[in-house]
Amino acid sequence: MLNVLLRRLLQAALTVLVVVTLVFLLFSVIPGTYASSLQADKRDVSAEVLERIETELGLNDPLPQRFGRYMAGLAQGDLGTSYATKRPVADMLAGRIWASFRLACAAILFAVCIGLPLGFFAAMRQGSWLDTATMTLAVSGLSIPAFWAGLVLMYLFSLKLHWLPTFGYGSGGLSHLILPAITLGIAPMALLARTTRAAVLETLNSDFIRTARSKGMSERRLVLRHLARNAFVLVLTTIGLQFGSMLGGSVVIEKLFAWPGVGSLLIDSVGLRDIPAVQGAILVIVLFFLLINTLVDLAYLVVDPRIRYR
Amino acid sequence: MTGTILEVRDLAISLCDGHAPVAAVEGVNFNIGRGEVFGLVGESGCGKSLCALALAGLLKSPMAISGGQILLEGRDLAPLPASEMRRLRGNKVSMIFQEPMTALNPLMTVGDQIGEMFVLHRGLTARAARVKAIEALEQVQVSSPERRIHAYPHQLSGGMRQRVMIAIALACDPALLIADEPTTALDVTIQAEIVELVLELCRAKGTAVMMISHDLGLVARICNRVAVMYAGQIVEQRSAEEIFTASAHPYTRGLIEALPRLGRRLERGQERLTEIGGVVPAIRDFPQGCRFAPRCSRVTAECRAAPVAMTELNEGGRVRCLHHV
Repeated sequence: MLNVLLRRLLQAALTVLVVVTLVFLLFSVIPGTYASSLQADKRDVSAEVLERIETELGLNDPLPQRFGRYMAGLAQGDLGTSYATKRPVADMLAGRIWASFRLACAAILFAVCIGLPLGFFAAMRQGSWLDTATMTLAVSGLSIPAFWAGLVLMYLFSLKLHWLPTFGYGSGGLSHLILPAITLGIAPMALLARTTRAAVLETLNSDFIRTARSKGMSERRLVLRHLARNAFVLVLTTIGLQFGSMLGGSVVIEKLFAWPGVGSLLIDSVGLRDIPAVQGAILVIVLFFLLINTLVDLAYLVVDPRIRYR
Repeated sequence: MTGTILEVRDLAISLCDGHAPVAAVEGVNFNIGRGEVFGLVGESGCGKSLCALALAGLLKSPMAISGGQILLEGRDLAPLPASEMRRLRGNKVSMIFQEPMTALNPLMTVGDQIGEMFVLHRGLTARAARVKAIEALEQVQVSSPERRIHAYPHQLSGGMRQRVMIAIALACDPALLIADEPTTALDVTIQAEIVELVLELCRAKGTAVMMISHDLGLVARICNRVAVMYAGQIVEQRSAEEIFTASAHPYTRGLIEALPRLGRRLERGQERLTEIGGVVPAIRDFPQGCRFAPRCSRVTAECRAAPVAMTELNEGGRVRCLHHV
């Protein structure tokens, strides 16, 4: 158990190293710097001033030197200082991580609470109108662009029905969370409904379910004790992957709903070529993904005895 | 052996998939005496497993019983509601299957899976069921059962898992055990052990066994009586001794001829093992007359004209052939 955990952590650390390096290199290769983005802003900045800004930020130093400086800082937990706000990137992220995390949790909760039961009942009534309706819904949910769904929800529930606020974070209450969470959760919900349906059907056809039937138990007991857990094992990975990729996936949604999360910081910073902020935001998204995946792996150790002793 | 435990009368099983139902099995008649070991033999797809599932009420859509009676201790199972059938299944009639590797729930300890039988049919608590589960494992000769009940199926070998299946099936001392090719998936060395174990336990509990197999040799050795199925029908039913020495149906003869025997190929100067020419017809292509006619060497126009009925043989047993040996 401890062994598994240690190995996972080592793998995660390696992944982070690779990602950080790639992101750093990528932003060194693409054209444009923070200074040039100021100029593109049609601000009247003279060439000397630009030159001075670039020198002050260390942008003219050779690449290995800049990379070394960045990595040295990172090793000490220093994510650098934002070019745009002159504040430490860590401070800027701190407030936003919570907002993004709340959104991701609410979205995955929505996806699981709706997707799992839908998929389950569709499978139990395979071929019925419920099955057809659920699968139609699932395909639609996967095909509809999230930002469009978000706009439609906004129009319906905010502008027409006045039930919920249009956008913004508000004072951190639930009402502002609902619409962006649903928008973000639609695609994972649809995917989970499909995966669950397939998992339940596969489990229903397995030999041990026939054995369970031959024992003479009620359908209720069959489902609760033999079917549900086995089917869930098949779905768990999908839940984890969807949850893990949610911070990255919420970039557009956060922008749409003016949600003050990591995603909207990322978009704003890319526009400004505020490289330290961009790198910080990506690091958070990657770390979140790794964390969730590690948790799912650990969850498997608990749920599936076949993995326990390997 | 006193009295009949199971009587199957004119059993028909059909494929009902929205089109006109097609009979996959029909006109199956046999009975099994209390404590008897009855063999059902046939090649893949002949309907023997369907019969087994029908007896246990486990047929899955689109397959369904479309006629006949299954009398267990005089009571017809075919029309019983699901809840009544559940009470009998595992309790009066139980089954073991071909694939021990996948037949057990991978997420439950074998102790729980055996104990479940006592919870379901004897109303025991989980704790009491565990004690009974240890006893049941001991009966199937698993060493240190008090430790093994905590094992998960993947920690056991194929033979061990089949022992667990046997423990589950015989937990409630059923009147009838249906064994659907219980040794096919096992190592040859384990096969004999498992068969002996089943027979020994059933003898002790007075449980009748319906042994389904495509291994005529095995069935003839362990059974009292044998029925041979071909294309959804029983074509011959004999005592086990006679099936080898005096089989009457050309199909049964073909099966016996096809059994590999040391030295015979050399003796006859054959290149290959003997086989029955042709293939089993698909359900929808069953011939009008005798279903074996297209592959039979004794076929006449009469055979193809109309379905052939079972006839009683003078020396005992029944056969479905106009020109039987």
